[in-house]
Amino acid sequence: MRLFEAIRSAFSAILANALRSLLTMLGIVIGVAAVIAVVAIGSGARNLVDQQIRSLGANLAIVTPGNVTQGGARLGAGAASSLTDDDAEAIRREIDGVVAAAPFVQGGAQVVAGGSNWGTRIYGIDGDWFSAREWDVAEGRTFDPEEIRRGDIVILLGQTVARNLFGDEDPIDQIVRVRNVPFRVIGVMASKGQSAFGQDQDDVIFVPLDAGRRRVIGRNYAKDGSVGSIFVKFANESDIEPGIESISDLLRQRHRITAEQEDDFSIRNLTEIANTASASANTLSMLLAAVAAVSLLVGGIGIMNIMLVSVTERTREIGLRLAVGARPRDILSQFLIEATTLSTIGGALGIALGVGAAYLVAQLAGWPSLVSTNAILMAAGFSALVGIFFGFYPAQRAAKLDPIEALRRE
Amino acid sequence: MALIETRDLSRVYDLDAGRVVALDGVSLDIDQRDFVAVMGPSGSGKSTFMNLIGCLDRPTGGGYRLAGTAVESLDADGLARLRNREIGFVFQQFNLLPRVDALGNVELPMVYAGFSRRTRRKRALQALGRVGLADRDHHRPMQLSGGQQQRVAIARALVNSPSLLLADEPTGALDSRTANEIMALFQELNREGVTIVLVTHDAEVGRHAHRLVRFRDGRVIEDRRQTPVDARDLAPEAAE
Repeated sequence: MRLFEAIRSAFSAILANALRSLLTMLGIVIGVAAVIAVVAIGSGARNLVDQQIRSLGANLAIVTPGNVTQGGARLGAGAASSLTDDDAEAIRREIDGVVAAAPFVQGGAQVVAGGSNWGTRIYGIDGDWFSAREWDVAEGRTFDPEEIRRGDIVILLGQTVARNLFGDEDPIDQIVRVRNVPFRVIGVMASKGQSAFGQDQDDVIFVPLDAGRRRVIGRNYAKDGSVGSIFVKFANESDIEPGIESISDLLRQRHRITAEQEDDFSIRNLTEIANTASASANTLSMLLAAVAAVSLLVGGIGIMNIMLVSVTERTREIGLRLAVGARPRDILSQFLIEATTLSTIGGALGIALGVGAAYLVAQLAGWPSLVSTNAILMAAGFSALVGIFFGFYPAQRAAKLDPIEALRRE
Repeated sequence: MALIETRDLSRVYDLDAGRVVALDGVSLDIDQRDFVAVMGPSGSGKSTFMNLIGCLDRPTGGGYRLAGTAVESLDADGLARLRNREIGFVFQQFNLLPRVDALGNVELPMVYAGFSRRTRRKRALQALGRVGLADRDHHRPMQLSGGQQQRVAIARALVNSPSLLLADEPTGALDSRTANEIMALFQELNREGVTIVLVTHDAEVGRHAHRLVRFRDGRVIEDRRQTPVDARDLAPEAAE
């Protein structure tokens, strides 16, 4: 019998018991839908994490002040600002693979513009900062080297701040006041979105490092030339680990730390943190997909069950087909094709449902979801395989029937 | 040469209860164009005999040639092929596929013979015409009377032009008037040259055949010619 006709006759057999067929397919439908939806939402989430990694800036490490021992008392991390501009300069100059070393200070600030005000984070930065963070302005311009050197009172606004202070108005060349210091807005940063830790990265303002140190962020930075932290950007991911070692040696030497003393700084590899977040998103979606795959298995068993019932019900039909000249393998392929058709229709319905569900979740819950063509192809292939695998035993039972016995069966 | 030649044909069943000899060394020749009624009480071996000459079963002893082919040496596929090409079955319970219309049912043997859809359609319509049901091609079995269903089954049996029509109690499920019509159809087909072997326990039905073979305890106990094979058909053979 030709394949096309076999599929046609399989369809008519399936339609003859429409409700039963539908219920049988349900396992596959739910299984495939769950796999598609979970994979879509999972890869959406992973995509988001990837985006956040990129938003942080690639190949980045951060040097922060460590604990300081003062008169035998060990103060906590960040209690003192042990890092300086010169440390950053030394890192930039002496460590292999470093493309940028950006010292910065940060603090909280209330920004006032005309009648409105907004509390946000303020960063005092130098020229390397935006290249380290791979960040650029959306409007206006960034600081020029002279402004950085002189510590001019000019300011860059994050998107969130710009929106909250100025709404639809153009903020460029407007004056905003931070701690009563009038800063001139020279640019608005491009949007970065959420960080991997859920912070709004656009709720921020930037001023030149010296302007921040002297005029706005007083705390701990009294000592001239001291900074909060230093972003260090490496050329390649492979440079990060050896680079961190070298920076550690360099800073110990510069800070005159003896072999018995603890570091007064700490260095973290930010890429690693991001990778961990990405890996855990991956693991979670794999786990969910595995659970969904189990329901596909259950669906397959449902198909096997109903095919066995069908073979029993149609024993006489099988006997007759054998009598008029069907070979055992014709019977085998007939039932195999029927099971496969059943599971494939179920798979198609499941794909439609899964894509719909992924879309709905994306719309309602605001989670990102990404339906991949691969997942759809795999689901379709897998559901056909389920039909073949679980249809084989019933089909083989049908093919092995003795025509005389089969014809005699009521 | 005879269409059917059996030599010491035996069929023994090894059951839990012991050995059952269903057929005990039957040697029988059936010529082309003959019309043979096989009779006997239940358990006489007539059904076993029919299953064997219908290539549905394999003998445990002896030999069987159908249209020159040694059947006992064939494998399952070979038997299927022989059933498909050389034998048309007619059953007591018609055995039509309920979901398929008359035309589709008649087409079934041709599906396994590998004919194209168009050829199947054409020949199935011809076969339905031959049994007087050309106007019922798109009726499903449920929409047909018992006699009509059996005619569809006969059309199905004829459609691959087999050398043998094998009927197992074809009138068993029909009222006597319809049964007579079906028997008349068999006789007509036989006159047209179809070899028919008909298994029945109904003496009335057996009377219609040219030759009557009676079984008991797995053996032939009577083999009687009631009427000669149609003279017109015999004539060319006699001339040879």
